[in-house]
Amino acid sequence: MSRMNSTWLALVAALTIGCGGGDGGADTGGADAGADAAADAPAAAPAVDPAVAATITGTISFAGTAPAGTPIDMSDEPTCAEKHATDPMMMSIRAGADGGLADVFVYVKEGLGDMTFSVPAEPAVIDQEGCEYKPHVVGVMAGQDLAIRNSDAVLHNINTQPTTNRGFNISQPRAGMETTRTFNSAEVMIPVKCDVHGWMSAYIGVTDNPYHAVSTADGSFTISGLPPGDYVIEAWHETLGVSTQSVTVGAAETGTADFSFSEDMAGGPVPMGEPIDLAHPEGHAAS
Amino acid sequence: MSTFAFRGPVFSAIALGLMAVHAVPVAAQDLESGRAIYDKWCAECHGVEGRGDGPAAEYMLPRPRDFEQARYQIRTTANGELPTDADILRVLDVGMPGTAMPAWPNLDDAERRDVTAYLKSFSRFFDGADPQLPDLVADPGGGAEAIESGRAAFETLECWKCHGDSGRGSGQSTPTLEDWREFPIRAADLTEPWTFNGGGGADAIYLRMMTGLDGTPMPAYSDAVDSEVVSPEELWNVAHYVASLAPTLGPRTADLILASRVESNVPTSPGDDAWSTAETYFIPLVGQVIQTPRNFAPTVDGIWIRALHDGERVALHLSWGDPSDSPDTTWTEWQTKLANTLHPDGAPLSPDAPMTDGLAIQLPAVIPDDSERPYFLMGDPNDPVTLWTWDSRSGAAESSGRGLGRIDTLPGGDLAAEERWNEGHWEIVLTRSIGTGAEGAIELAEGVAIPAAVFAWDGSSAESPDRGSVSSWIYLYLEEPPSSNVVVAPIVAILLSGGLLLLLVRNAQRRQTAAGARESEHTTSITQEA
Repeated sequence: MSRMNSTWLALVAALTIGCGGGDGGADTGGADAGADAAADAPAAAPAVDPAVAATITGTISFAGTAPAGTPIDMSDEPTCAEKHATDPMMMSIRAGADGGLADVFVYVKEGLGDMTFSVPAEPAVIDQEGCEYKPHVVGVMAGQDLAIRNSDAVLHNINTQPTTNRGFNISQPRAGMETTRTFNSAEVMIPVKCDVHGWMSAYIGVTDNPYHAVSTADGSFTISGLPPGDYVIEAWHETLGVSTQSVTVGAAETGTADFSFSEDMAGGPVPMGEPIDLAHPEGHAAS
Repeated sequence: MSTFAFRGPVFSAIALGLMAVHAVPVAAQDLESGRAIYDKWCAECHGVEGRGDGPAAEYMLPRPRDFEQARYQIRTTANGELPTDADILRVLDVGMPGTAMPAWPNLDDAERRDVTAYLKSFSRFFDGADPQLPDLVADPGGGAEAIESGRAAFETLECWKCHGDSGRGSGQSTPTLEDWREFPIRAADLTEPWTFNGGGGADAIYLRMMTGLDGTPMPAYSDAVDSEVVSPEELWNVAHYVASLAPTLGPRTADLILASRVESNVPTSPGDDAWSTAETYFIPLVGQVIQTPRNFAPTVDGIWIRALHDGERVALHLSWGDPSDSPDTTWTEWQTKLANTLHPDGAPLSPDAPMTDGLAIQLPAVIPDDSERPYFLMGDPNDPVTLWTWDSRSGAAESSGRGLGRIDTLPGGDLAAEERWNEGHWEIVLTRSIGTGAEGAIELAEGVAIPAAVFAWDGSSAESPDRGSVSSWIYLYLEEPPSSNVVVAPIVAILLSGGLLLLLVRNAQRRQTAAGARESEHTTSITQEA
C-alpha cells in the first residue's frame, strides 16, 4: 500500500464533522478519539464560503428490542479486563433508552458531483484500549491519514479487510505504539479485526469527500460545511444494513435527515465495500 | 503432501537479492498460452474466474488463493502489497508446503511465466502496481545467544498467543483464528518447518514476520520495526529461535520401524528415559479421502514413532502435534466451524457433540506369509485387521476392524496406554504382550516384518476414527533375541569353523604322522593311499 500517493486536486472543504463514535462501552475514557481528532482538524482553505455553508443533521432511531449482546471473556487478558468497570459486551446493536442508535456511519453518497476536496491534515484515529476499538466506527477521507494506536499493554494486530483498497495486517506488540496508514479509494465500509482477540471489531468508512459522521450514543449526527445542494445521504449500520434519504439544503441552511432502523432489518444484507468489478479489467484474456 | 526439503539458502538468495530480482524485466508473456495452462491445471481449485472457488476448493483448508482479490501470502513485498512475478514463480517452483498447492515441475519456464501473467490478469490491482518492499536487514547471525534472545522476544512479542508457548499452535487465541474469508485457519506448528507455507529456515521466517501472511491472521512486524518498538535484530532472533524448534534430524520417512530389544522391561510411560535409546521414525499421514466422510484437511500430518520390546511385551511411543486436548469447550466453536466448512459431501458430522482425540495402530489379524495385506482402511469383512486404539477419554482398547466404522472391541488382552498432552503435543505409549493379545487379535513374532499402519484424529476438528488421518502400510520389526542370531550365531559359527579347522589340521597331522611312519616302513603305502 502506498501511503502517500494521493493527489487531491482542488481543495476545499471546511470540514467539520460532528460525530462521535458512541462505542457505548462500559468504560468511558478514550472513546471517539478518531471522531474528535477529525472534528478538531483545521479547515483547509474553504471552497465553501462559511457564510453559505449548509448543515445536515438528524437522529438515527431504532425500533424494537436490541439484542442483549454477548459477554466477552477477557479473563485471558487481565490488563484489558481491568479497564472495564462493568463486564465487557459485544453489541451488534447499540440503542439508547430513548431509541437512539449509535455507531451508524452517515455520509454524503451523492450530490457533490465532480467537486474535489482537500484531505484533512489531521489524521483520523482508531485506538485499541481495553481490548476494544475506539471508536467502533470511524470515518476517514480517501488519502487522509488514519492513525492506529495501541493503548493496551498486550499484542494487537490490526487486520483491515477492504475489497476496493489494498488491506493491511500489522502487529502492534507494545503499548504506546502508533502507526499511520491511508486508504486511497472510497469504500464503505472496511471491516477491521484483531485476530488475537476474536471479539474485537471495527469498521472504517472511507469517502472521497469530508462529509461523513458517526451517530453518537443518542443517535444524533451532524454533517456541516456542505455546499448548498441536493444530496443523497446514506446511513450504514453493521447489522441493520443501509438506508438513504434525499435532502436539499440552501445556503446557510440546516437540513434534517432522520433515519429509522428496526429489528426487522437485522440479518438482511449489509453492503460492505464497493462492488467488485466483475467485468474483468482491461488486458484480461478471458472472454 | 509436504516436501521435506529445507529451502532456506535458495529462499535467502531470493529474499535478500530481491531488489535485483524485482528489477529484472519479465520476458514476454503470452496470456492465451497462460489461459490454456490455467484452465488445464489451476482452475479445478482456483476456479475458472480465479476467485479461489473451483470445484475442489470446498474440500480444502486453507482455501485456494482468490486471484481477483490478490491477497498473496508468500511475498517478498511489504504487507498488503502485490507479489512480484518472482514471488509467484517461486510458488509455482516449490509449491506451498502445508497446503494443497503442489510444485509444478511439469511446466517449463515459459509456461510458468505465461500462467503467472494470466493469473495476474484476474485482478485489477495489478494495473500499474508498483509494490513496495520491506526494509530488510541482513542476518546478524544465529547461535545459542540469538536463540535465547529470540525465545525471550517470542514471549514479550506474544507470538505464543496464537502459536502457543511451545510453538505448536496451541495458543489462547488459536481456536478463533479465521482467514479473510472467515474460514477457520490453523496457526502454524512452528516445530514443523517443513509445513511452513513459505518454507522453513530463519531467512524465510524473518521475511514472513516482516511481510506478514496476507489473507491470514499473521500480521507484519514491519510497522513495529519502523516505530522502533521492535528492533530488526530482535526479529532475526525470533526467526532463529523459531528455526531452532525444528527436530534436529527432521522428518525422515520410514518404511520399517525397528523395535530394538531391551534387557529390562519395556518402558510404559512417555517420559521414561529408556526411550532416549530408541530410534525415532516419522510416519507421514494424509487425510482419509477414500470413503465418505472424507477429510482433505486433517489436523495430524505425521506421527513420530519409537518402538522397543523385551521379548515379552512390545512398547510403542507415539507423538504428534494436536493443538487441543479434546474434548475442550474452548474449541467447540472451532469444531463447529470446521465441520460446517469441510463437509461438502453432506457427511453427518456432529458439529457440537464433544469429540475425542485418538490414535489407532493397525495390524493384520494374522501375520501374512506373503506380501498380501488387508485393506488399508481398517480392513474389510473378509480380511479383518487388529486395531490398537487409544482414545483421549476412554484409553486403550484392542479391536477388530472390518472397514471404516466397523470396529468391534475384542475380549481379553492386555493392551495398555499411558499418555500425556502438553502444549499442543500428544505422547502416548502403547504396550502389549507379543505372543498373545485379545481374543482374535494378532499374535506378534520376532524377526519378521509385520505390516502396520497408523490412524490419528483430532476431535476438536470434528475428526473421528473414520474421518481422520491415515498412513500407508509400513512394517514393524521386532528384533530377534541376541542369543539366536546376533551374538551366539557368530560365536557358534566361529567355534564350528574353528573346530572344523582344528579337526582338519589334526587329521592331516595324524595322516602325516601315520604316513611318515608308514613311509619309513612301507614306502609304497602313499601311492596306495593316493
